[in-house]
Amino acid sequence: MVATDGVTGAGRALVVTDLVKSFAGVTVLHSVNLGVRAGSVVGLIGENGAGKSTTSSIIAGIQQPDSGLMTIDGVAYAPASPADALASGVALIHQEIRTVPHLSIAENIFLGRLPRAGLRVDRDAMVEQAREVLRKLGIDIDPRRPVRGLSIAMQQSIEIAKAITRNPRYVIFDEPSASLTNQETDRVLHQISVLREHGAGIIYISHRLEEVRTISDEIVCMRDGNVVATWQSGDVPQRELVRAMVGRDFVFGHEAPAPASPEVVLEVHDLSRKGVFDGIDFTVAKGEILGIAGLVGAGRTEVVRAIAGVDKADGGAVTVEGRKIRLRNPGHALKAGIVMVPEDRKQQGLNLTLDSSRNIVSPWERILRVRGIVTKGWINRIAEDSRTAFDIRGSLDRPVVRLSGGNQQKVLLAKWLVRQPKVLILDEPTRGVDVGAKMSIYAIIRDYAARGVAVILVSSELEEVLGLAHRVLVMSGGRQIAVLPRDEATSETVMSLAVPQTIA
Amino acid sequence: MSTNTDSADESPSASRMLARKRSAMRIFGGPTIGLVVMFIGLTLKSPYFLTVRNLGNILSQITDIGVLAAGATLVILIAGIDLSVAANMALTMMFTASLYADHHWPFVVTLIAGLLLGAFVGAINGLLATYGKVQPFVATLATMSACLGLALVITDGNTINGFPTWFVNFATVDLFGFLPLQAVIMMLIYLALAFWLRFRPGGRALYAIGGNEEVARLSGIPVLRMKTLVYMIAGALAAVAGWVDISTLDSAQPTAGANYLLNVIAVVVIGGASLSGGVGTMGSTFIGLLIIGVLNNGLSLTGVNPNLQPVVVGAVILAAVLTDRNARKAHG
Repeated sequence: MVATDGVTGAGRALVVTDLVKSFAGVTVLHSVNLGVRAGSVVGLIGENGAGKSTTSSIIAGIQQPDSGLMTIDGVAYAPASPADALASGVALIHQEIRTVPHLSIAENIFLGRLPRAGLRVDRDAMVEQAREVLRKLGIDIDPRRPVRGLSIAMQQSIEIAKAITRNPRYVIFDEPSASLTNQETDRVLHQISVLREHGAGIIYISHRLEEVRTISDEIVCMRDGNVVATWQSGDVPQRELVRAMVGRDFVFGHEAPAPASPEVVLEVHDLSRKGVFDGIDFTVAKGEILGIAGLVGAGRTEVVRAIAGVDKADGGAVTVEGRKIRLRNPGHALKAGIVMVPEDRKQQGLNLTLDSSRNIVSPWERILRVRGIVTKGWINRIAEDSRTAFDIRGSLDRPVVRLSGGNQQKVLLAKWLVRQPKVLILDEPTRGVDVGAKMSIYAIIRDYAARGVAVILVSSELEEVLGLAHRVLVMSGGRQIAVLPRDEATSETVMSLAVPQTIA
Repeated sequence: MSTNTDSADESPSASRMLARKRSAMRIFGGPTIGLVVMFIGLTLKSPYFLTVRNLGNILSQITDIGVLAAGATLVILIAGIDLSVAANMALTMMFTASLYADHHWPFVVTLIAGLLLGAFVGAINGLLATYGKVQPFVATLATMSACLGLALVITDGNTINGFPTWFVNFATVDLFGFLPLQAVIMMLIYLALAFWLRFRPGGRALYAIGGNEEVARLSGIPVLRMKTLVYMIAGALAAVAGWVDISTLDSAQPTAGANYLLNVIAVVVIGGASLSGGVGTMGSTFIGLLIIGVLNNGLSLTGVNPNLQPVVVGAVILAAVLTDRNARKAHG
């Protein structure tokens, strides 16, 4: 870091030096250096997976680094737990909100350290202190009411109040605005400046570059686990920030063959879901791969879930091969030839305690065995076919949870591809798998496209979308911003469309 | 052919054989061993135990609970609970008996009316627990209370006696001289449900639902419809258990089955089902049923104070659950 040398001598600062962290052999942080002075805001930007969250969770004591040094005001700092970090004056405000709905606002703020008077909780003192801190944050609300029913923004403010009452010297905000409206975001930004005036050092992580530019005294950009650029002021052109975030060559080229035919398989017309997305309108042709790109929270997953019948859409129509389909549940979509490989393997994709074979046949028992009998022989035959087709290594008769991440992901794909679908939707198909498994999953996707399946690929990894897709649909804030043909889709064009424009 | 025994390189057929062996061990695991031990012990202890007449008695005594436990197994498989089964049984019994004795409907029609009422109560449970988003414990607690009250209302708390002889014969006629006809019918219910759970998509879906509802839903399984159906089956089986009681006692009492509920759940749990869903078979419930039957019979034969019998049942429940958990840990 450019500024750190001066800082350690001159004033108080949290300094991170040479942080290295790897998970299961994959290095996610290569030598990260970062510093934040007391009374200043550092904006931390980067694509999904760049290492921002890992860095912040190491600083906040949630994870421990493989190597590297941290100091606070020149004193060595190595938190073993979030409680440790808090004791040293470092607080992390999560993207997701963790409040207890049935407790009052005041109790949430002081959870785990309720003020006492003798044997009982000193309610009056607690409420008074809570009122005080809320006023400081510019929030006018009765601290005695329960948190249940409050808006996400208000709950976020309560989290901030909770952090403030611990008098932290350094606070990390991990995408606090991801689910907030512009007005609500302004309030968070105001609260951050209150903290700064009280002398706290802030690390502010956000995808919204406008906000980062407004609030930061310094901006740091991460990419692939490295700090790639640093600016000594917040006043940096957005284009420059975007280029720093994505600026890299692709590791794989456009290998997918052009769509075999212009024949449209899937047509999505003016699809909408109140408050989540609207105006979604696109087609996918036979053998075509359509990528859907956008930031977290842009509504990508919600759109494909609606197409697969998992969530109900409020308006619009979906047709497959010219026939309009009813989408009241996933069973309808399956019967119409639409399959979706869900994003969350553990919560949505696989029943981890059941064996792989039974997982694989689960969606197909009704469809392929109408009026029929499901025998062990049939199950084993399908499971063996899947093993060969998807190169699954390990026993299919054991609980899925016993397989490696990559093999679990292959079981997940196999489960949905027992029968060749007309439309294949993949939501984050390579999340949490190693590079080798990634490559074989890419090969599977290309193979299915080559066989004439219409493929929709949702991925947070832009290079994955750009490397596989024939066209790229860019979403932002629940809206379809553009559908770019392959030769117009570059990381710069996609990212600049995907970043929400605060002025709207 | 590889002779490598490293688990990662297991050939498919070898690993399949291992898996089969593992599941076989589970079936013949703790509960079955416990049953066999009890059986041998009682045979040595009491000369009366291993007689055709006593074994027939055991079967007759567990038939009604067995029918209820069959339904409860399905409900527990989908991670639900049905507290209303025994009360539903009492209600449908009184409904059937009253239609027959007070309103002089043809008996077969009253039986079917009882069956429909049982299924209807089950449907209410199911709809509340699914579309109504009421926790099944609460939903069935409410219907249990209502059923208990209605069972009393129908005849003002009076008992109805005197049913057709052919129906009472179900309890008295033995097949092959020792198998009570009722018990045969109960076993047929177990076989049918076992077939459904094992070979039919609908029955197999219950394991998926109990294991992870969201995964099941995304797999195209109509989760809410299946759950409602399961509660309806449990309700209909409550009515069948009521038939059994009418035919055994040749009378219908509104307080029948007052202490059945906990025994029903005990049977399912002793068999090895998990209250968190997704684990359990009809076979294991049947073993649990036999354990309860043999246990109660044995305690009476050996002259244990009847008031102590529930204490022993409690101990057996704990023993069953703890050994099952250890076995599972060992096998993984």
